[in-house]
Amino acid sequence: MKEKPFTAPLTIERDLRLDLFRGIALWLIFLDHIPSNAVSWITIRNYGFSDATEIFVFISGYTAAFVYGRAMQTHGFVVAAARVLKRAWQIYVAHVFLFAIYLAEIAYVAHSFENPLYTEEMGVLDFMKNPDVTILQALLLKFKPVNMDVLPLYIMLLLWFAPILWLLLRSPSLALVVSASLYTLMWVFEWNFEAYPSGTWAFNPYAWQLLFVFGAWCALGGAQRLARWINSPVTIGLAVAYLLFAFSIAMTWYIPRLGAYVPKFVGEAIYPIDKTNLDVLRILHFLSLAVITVWFVPKDWPALKSRLFWPAIVCGQHSLGIFCLGVFLSFAGHFVFTEVSNRVFTQVIVSALGIAIMVAAAALISWYRVIERQGPGPRPPAAKPGYAGGDA
Amino acid sequence: MMGRLPFLLASLVLAMLGQTWPALAEQPAEHPAECRVAENLIEPIFPLPHVAQALAAKKLHVLVLGAGSSRLPGASGTADAYPARLQHALAAILPGVEVKVTADVKAKRGAAEMAMALPAALAATRPALVVWQTGTVDAMQAIDPDQFSQALGRGINTARSEGADVVFINPQYSPRTESMIALGTYAENMRWVALQQEVPVFDRFSIMKLWADLGTFDLYSATKKLDMAERVHDCIGRLLADLVIEAAKPSEPHAEGGR
Repeated sequence: MKEKPFTAPLTIERDLRLDLFRGIALWLIFLDHIPSNAVSWITIRNYGFSDATEIFVFISGYTAAFVYGRAMQTHGFVVAAARVLKRAWQIYVAHVFLFAIYLAEIAYVAHSFENPLYTEEMGVLDFMKNPDVTILQALLLKFKPVNMDVLPLYIMLLLWFAPILWLLLRSPSLALVVSASLYTLMWVFEWNFEAYPSGTWAFNPYAWQLLFVFGAWCALGGAQRLARWINSPVTIGLAVAYLLFAFSIAMTWYIPRLGAYVPKFVGEAIYPIDKTNLDVLRILHFLSLAVITVWFVPKDWPALKSRLFWPAIVCGQHSLGIFCLGVFLSFAGHFVFTEVSNRVFTQVIVSALGIAIMVAAAALISWYRVIERQGPGPRPPAAKPGYAGGDA
Repeated sequence: MMGRLPFLLASLVLAMLGQTWPALAEQPAEHPAECRVAENLIEPIFPLPHVAQALAAKKLHVLVLGAGSSRLPGASGTADAYPARLQHALAAILPGVEVKVTADVKAKRGAAEMAMALPAALAATRPALVVWQTGTVDAMQAIDPDQFSQALGRGINTARSEGADVVFINPQYSPRTESMIALGTYAENMRWVALQQEVPVFDRFSIMKLWADLGTFDLYSATKKLDMAERVHDCIGRLLADLVIEAAKPSEPHAEGGR
C-alpha cells in the first residue's frame, strides 16, 4: 500500500491546546522541581505513572514538526536543518546559563553547611574540589546536576530531528517505525549516554525520542489519521480503565498497607516503572491522559481564547525561556525554604509567586516579540512565518 | 520555625492513625516523646519469620549493612549511631533474649558493593536479620536505577538463602542537600523491590521529614555539635526496634493492614 505524504495539514492554524498544556506542564515541572514542596501534591505524577515531562516532550515534538516542517517544505532541507540546529544551540546556551546558577547555589551551601548527621550527603559537594574536570564535563553535557536533565535531552532530540523530519515528510509511517525500532533496540542492548562521574543520562535520549517523534508525527497529519480511533468509545473506555488502574497502584506508594492488596503477579509485571528509559507503562499512561484530554477539550473550544487560560497559554508559547526560568525559580524556592521558612504557608506562597513570575516573564517575551516585529529598520515583518504564535 | 497550622494538621493525622494502631500506641511508652512523634510511620506490613524463630530460641543476631549515614563521626560515634542504639532498644524490649547487633558500615558504598560484601558478613555473624541501609550513595553517583534494584534483589536473595530476613532503611531526609541529590527514583525503586519481595521498609526519610516539619529536630541547622545527631540516631534505633518486634510477632494476619 503506497503511503500518501503529508502536505495539507501544515497550513492549518496553530492548535492553542498545545500551548495550554505545555504551559501547564511547565508549571507542574516547576512545582515538582522544588524538593519537599507541599504544593507538588497536586501534580499528576502523584496519581499515576507518567508526569509533566511526557507532556512537555510530546508537545515539543509536535510544535517542532509544525514549525520546522513548514520551513522544510517551503525553504528546503538545508534551511530547516540550520534552523533546528540554531535552536539546539540556543538550548545549549540556556543550559550552561542554568548550570552557572546551580554552581552559585552549590558553592553557597558548601560554604555554609555543616552537620555530623549528614557527612555522607555532604559528599555531593565533592565535585567542587576539582572544578576543572566538573565544569568541562558539564559543558560536554555529561555532568548534569539534579533537575537539569531535560534540556540536554531536548538538545539531543533536536540534533537528530532534521533527518527524522525529512523522513516524516516523505513517509510518516516509516519514520515512526524507525523511531520505535530505536526504542526497542535501546531496551534490547541497554543503550544510553554515559554521565559523569558515573552512571547514565537520567532521561535516555534513545528512549524519549519515541515520544518526540510521535508528537511530530501527530503534528504532520497523524492526529487526523488517529481521530477515528481516539474518539471511539472503546478507546476512551480503555483509557479511563488504565488511568484508574494507575491511580490505584499510585495510592499503594503512599499508603503501604494497600500494597498487600496488589496481587504478586501484577507487581512483578509492572515494577520497576522506568523513567530513565521511558517505560511502556508511562507511555500508555500519557496516551490515556491525552485521549481523555482531547475528548474533553475540543480544538475549537471557545474558552481556549478566554482570559482564564491565557496565563498557561502564554507560558506554553515561550517554552524554552519559561522552562529555564522555572528551573531557576525552583532553585530559588528551595533556597527560601532552607534559609527563610519551610512552613506550608510559605510553600504555597512561593509556588504561587513562582507561577506568577513565569506568566509575567512570558507576557514580557510576547511583548518584546511584538515590538521587534514592528522594528525600526526595513526588516520585512513576515520574515519568520513559522514563529507566528510561539516557539518550537 | 514551624507554624501552628501544619502542626495541628499533623497532630490530627497522628491522632487518627493512632486509633488504628492501638498495640503500638500502648506498648513502647518508654521512648522519649521526640521519638514517639514518628511512631505511626512504622508500618510492619510484611512478617519476619526468621526473626520470630530467633526470638523463640531466645537468641537474636542482627547485621546492619550500611553506608555513611549509618554511623556518626567522633570518638563515641559507634556507640551513639543507630546500630548500637538498636541493640540497646532491642535488649530493653526483649529481656531474656540474647541480642547482638553487628554493624558492617562503610561510607560511600553503593547497593551493588554492599550486596557483594554481604555473603562474607553473613558468614561471619550468622544473623537472623539483615537491616540494610542504602540508596543515598547510589543516588549521589547516579547509578542506573535498574542496576540499583537488581542489587537490592541480589542482596535479599543472598540473605534469605542464609536464613536471614531483610529490613530496608531508605535514605535520610537532608533538607539542605535536597536539591542536589535526586533521591526520588532510588527511594521509589527500593519501595517497589520491597513490595515485590515482601521486605519491610523502615521509612527513615518520612520519619525525619516529619520531625523536620513538626520542629522536633532542626535538621536545617549548621553545626559541628553531635547532640542533635545523637538524639536522631537514638530515636531511629528505638523505632527500628519497634518495627522489628512488630513484624516478628507470630501468627498475625499481616496482610490485613498489619494487625
